[in-house]
Amino acid sequence: MATTAEAHRHATERNPHLGMAFFILSEAFLFAAFFAAYFYLRGISPSWPQPPSIHRPELPLVLYNTAILLFSSLTYHWATLGIRQGNRNRLTAGVLVTLLLGATFMAIQGWEFAHNGFSPQDGLFGSTFYSLVSLHGLHVFMGLVLLAMVFIRSLRGLFSQEGHSAVEVTGYYWHFVDVVWLFLFTTVYVI
Amino acid sequence: MRGVSALAPLIRAVLGLVLGFVLGAGVVAIARSSLGLEAVSELTLAVGYTVGLIGWLIGLGALNYWFRYWLGLPERESGGHSSAQSAPQGWARYFRFTTDHKVIGVQYLVIMFVFILLAGLLAMLIRAELMAPGQTFLDRNMYNTVMSLHGIIMIAVAVVAIIAGLGNFLVPLMIGAQDMAFPRLNALTFWLVPPAALILLSSVLVGGFDSGWTAYPPLSVTNASGQLFFILAVVTIGISSILGAINFLVTIFRMRAPGMTMSRLPIFVWSILCAAILAATVTQFLAGALIMVMLDRVLSTSFFDSSKGADPVLFQHLFWFYSHPAVYIMIIPAFGIVLEILPVFARKPLFAYKVAVGGLLTIVGLSYVVWAHHMFTSGMPEVLHGPFMISTELISVPTGLIFLSALGTLWLGRLWLVTPMLFAMGFIFTFLIGGITGIFNADVPTDVHLHDTYFVVAHFHYTIMGGMLFGLFAGVYHWFPKITGRMLNEGLSKAHFWLTYVGFNATFMPMFWLGINGMNRRIADYPPQFAGVNLFVSLSAFLMGGAMLLFLYNLVYSWAKGRRAEANPWQALTLEWQVSSPPPVENFEEVPRVASGPYDYGVPRARTTPRMAD
Repeated sequence: MATTAEAHRHATERNPHLGMAFFILSEAFLFAAFFAAYFYLRGISPSWPQPPSIHRPELPLVLYNTAILLFSSLTYHWATLGIRQGNRNRLTAGVLVTLLLGATFMAIQGWEFAHNGFSPQDGLFGSTFYSLVSLHGLHVFMGLVLLAMVFIRSLRGLFSQEGHSAVEVTGYYWHFVDVVWLFLFTTVYVI
Repeated sequence: MRGVSALAPLIRAVLGLVLGFVLGAGVVAIARSSLGLEAVSELTLAVGYTVGLIGWLIGLGALNYWFRYWLGLPERESGGHSSAQSAPQGWARYFRFTTDHKVIGVQYLVIMFVFILLAGLLAMLIRAELMAPGQTFLDRNMYNTVMSLHGIIMIAVAVVAIIAGLGNFLVPLMIGAQDMAFPRLNALTFWLVPPAALILLSSVLVGGFDSGWTAYPPLSVTNASGQLFFILAVVTIGISSILGAINFLVTIFRMRAPGMTMSRLPIFVWSILCAAILAATVTQFLAGALIMVMLDRVLSTSFFDSSKGADPVLFQHLFWFYSHPAVYIMIIPAFGIVLEILPVFARKPLFAYKVAVGGLLTIVGLSYVVWAHHMFTSGMPEVLHGPFMISTELISVPTGLIFLSALGTLWLGRLWLVTPMLFAMGFIFTFLIGGITGIFNADVPTDVHLHDTYFVVAHFHYTIMGGMLFGLFAGVYHWFPKITGRMLNEGLSKAHFWLTYVGFNATFMPMFWLGINGMNRRIADYPPQFAGVNLFVSLSAFLMGGAMLLFLYNLVYSWAKGRRAEANPWQALTLEWQVSSPPPVENFEEVPRVASGPYDYGVPRARTTPRMAD
């Protein structure tokens, strides 16, 4: 019976992973709703952007920002591989860099908001652009909160090769945020 | 004094709510007036509510564990859980952040029941107004708000009550687990409900809302501020629902006792799994749609403003993409309850268990592709009419499989006609009517005539009340002994059943006639030729209302003074009946090992789920 209870407890160690996977699925649907609104409104508009007076944001800046976010996923992955081998310093360093890159991404987005020449009140493009990008920004912010948690706990030496599910689970979320950005960036800035 | 200290977390929570609201609203008000805008606006209230909600959770202590975890502080002994040693016993547990799924289940059941009574009272007001043509005592605006509040409260109850109430209590027990996968998250989902309820009810203080429970723009973008409160409340409940669904999914997939394969899972657990799949995914579309309405109101965006080239029908697509699967979230657990009860009281295995499971899963899949049958008269492109009509008709096939399972279970069974069985059997008749009348709504040519009439009102009351609510009642009657350790009074129970059943049919059956003959829904007044039938309907509804009070009395009295229940008064075979009534805190002394399916009644040499002594 002791072995059964142990096996049972062991099986539940990966609960947080599955929980985060379902959470990500759920958040994907939230983004899907706003993407649906974007494509629907774009589809019924004679031209895009609507109103035609809007000048869609210039690409180079956002391309750099995309690269920053993508790179932050790489640094996090590097950090995760580190703790899988028991390397706590690599974890701490990698998470810190990821956190700083994420914060930079948000700062640049904020600058872009202030300087792109249109507001949420500006018709269909204003509404969909700002709601989608802000929704994503909110998720980046939540990601920064999670990254900060991993950073603090890593500094305190609370992760090890055997026990670091919070690191993995935060990674799933951060990579999700990155993937959403790729879709988002392509949708509102490129096509 | 002990009473007050027991309520201390709740008092702190209220303080947190108030302080948070003042902080959030204050910051926005100051910012707005420094920009030359009026300080108090919907934005002010929305931000105030959001910060207030966080303050509520902080005051309750709901975030303590996670905050300590975030800071890397050592875990407190209880780990944020209420264990047998650390938690207060008795009634105080129900008024604080308690992680025991059995407590949370009861908390949900009680709060849901309070809301059924409240929304039922609103229904009585509606029927009192509609007793006679012309204005009786409610003016138009008040009627519209009463009608809208009745709708949204009942919808929220319908989506939440069975899953979060009975589901929370029963699922870990039925699968042989000690608790849910994420007990702290579970408690959090419950404690999101009181603030949502508060702000929903507060809507009457800021002008109410007259857009029904469906909140279509442009009305919902331009009407009174009660609409904002509606949006905040529904989004909060939606968040609670999504987090709860995730909890159920992980629990059911990963916490089953050894030997409990998916094909030995009780059908009620399958039904919760199916509802959770839907809730975790589509609820986000409701949140999205309502947030867009809020943005149109508060930030002057133009998601639905046709003067800017947008389209209000977009809202309908987003809204119904959630709200149609939502009705399956409501009914699938009720199917689960009924199919759980029938074998016990027919003393027969559940007929065609695997077919029933397949039926539930097929309903889940199809429910994603039927939503626009609510929009046949919206002006959406006609090319969509045919496909949605067909997909909607198709969904009656897997539903029929559920009926097959139910009827096959009853066939040649030895029926034990106690109240849970009466409601379960009654469900079969009333949901059948609801389902069949759905076909007339699904078919475009008839729907064009019936849309927005009392025919639709009758249809959805037969499915939601005659389906979900009767299923909930059946479940409450069935599991009351397990939850409370007491038996309900069978005489009062039967009286409740018969009065409700007769009253229900008398109230809603005539509405089909009213609708076919042209009485619109959501109206405060009607042409005089409908007067006689409306009077009959109202009187029948009052009978139903009275029966609910009988139920309330039975529940309260029996909980306090009812005959003590044994562990397994119904001689059922699922795991929850193999432990005491009520169950011990840790559910099972040892992890159960499951050796057979849950419905092997009368099967020779079946190895039933082992008693704990084995």
